[in-house]
Amino acid sequence: MSTGPRIVEVRKNVLKHNDEVARGLRQRFEQAGVFVVSLVSSPGSGKTAFLEKTLTLLKQAGHRPAALVGDLATNNDAARLARSQAPVKQITTGTLCHLEAAMIQNAIEEWNLKDLDFLFLENVGNLVCPSSYDLGEALRLVLLSVTEGEDKPLKYPTIFNSADLAIVTKIDLAEAVEFDRNAARTNIDSVRPGMPILELSSKTGAGMEAWMNLLATRSKQ
Amino acid sequence: MHELSIALSILDVAEEEMQNHVGARVDAIHVRLGPLSGVVKEALVSAYELAREETPLFANARLVFEDVPIVVFCSKCQAERPVHSTQLFHCAECDTPATDVRRGRELELAALELEE
Repeated sequence: MSTGPRIVEVRKNVLKHNDEVARGLRQRFEQAGVFVVSLVSSPGSGKTAFLEKTLTLLKQAGHRPAALVGDLATNNDAARLARSQAPVKQITTGTLCHLEAAMIQNAIEEWNLKDLDFLFLENVGNLVCPSSYDLGEALRLVLLSVTEGEDKPLKYPTIFNSADLAIVTKIDLAEAVEFDRNAARTNIDSVRPGMPILELSSKTGAGMEAWMNLLATRSKQ
Repeated sequence: MHELSIALSILDVAEEEMQNHVGARVDAIHVRLGPLSGVVKEALVSAYELAREETPLFANARLVFEDVPIVVFCSKCQAERPVHSTQLFHCAECDTPATDVRRGRELELAALELEE
């Protein structure tokens, strides 16, 4: 009997394990009434400062936010965020350049989700790898600082295309670095048409009110 | 560089499938890859070469790519259309900005080539 090579169709998502964990997380978050927001950006774009400000404002408004912070090696970010008085946990990824759903699952094990209403997932500073991994979030933010240049969205279209909201940070420095707002907006809209864009400064607080309003609206949807 | 994680995931899924084909030799693994998957093909090839060394079952299995183009549903054409590029995410026919992605995010183990 001849037995030449044969092709067996599989058609399975390569990241199906991650997707299954993410789906389970999303369900748990929804049931517990926690609105989950993930953040991706290059290193140094101001994710931690933005998150510190966000956690502080949410606490002041009587909400119960928490954060998980992915970092390759240090726990400096978690220490900074802890100043907001919100529960914060560091996920040290070692050599891994992105967060995966199972890491989120492990990290929240000791937390009672019913005690929270917002959870922020700060991904490792990286504009390539995190785009493939679903973390069970309801909203994915991509941050771009004015010091990085307007063409970042064109260089990393995939991650911008996977996001729900773009945040332009360090807007207080826009003039000093001759940041072209319109070009940045055009580029973001070119890679992800219709994505809302917010400009803000975690330092001066400019634009934070619009962000808080958007967060309130989205979390009620 | 998350391609090593991806390569290991490919082998995991393939290994799972091979439980249905005990004793067969794997000649090739076919992967469907879309431009929006976030995976760089060249990096994945190198990572895969490394990853398969650890798994005797796949030591001789080639990695074969099936490229999936980006397809969107154009609200103006009311049809599935390609886009200009990932940098200009507009309908390639009528230039309407595209938001409804139908294909192009694939990262899928499509098939195994077996020798039995």
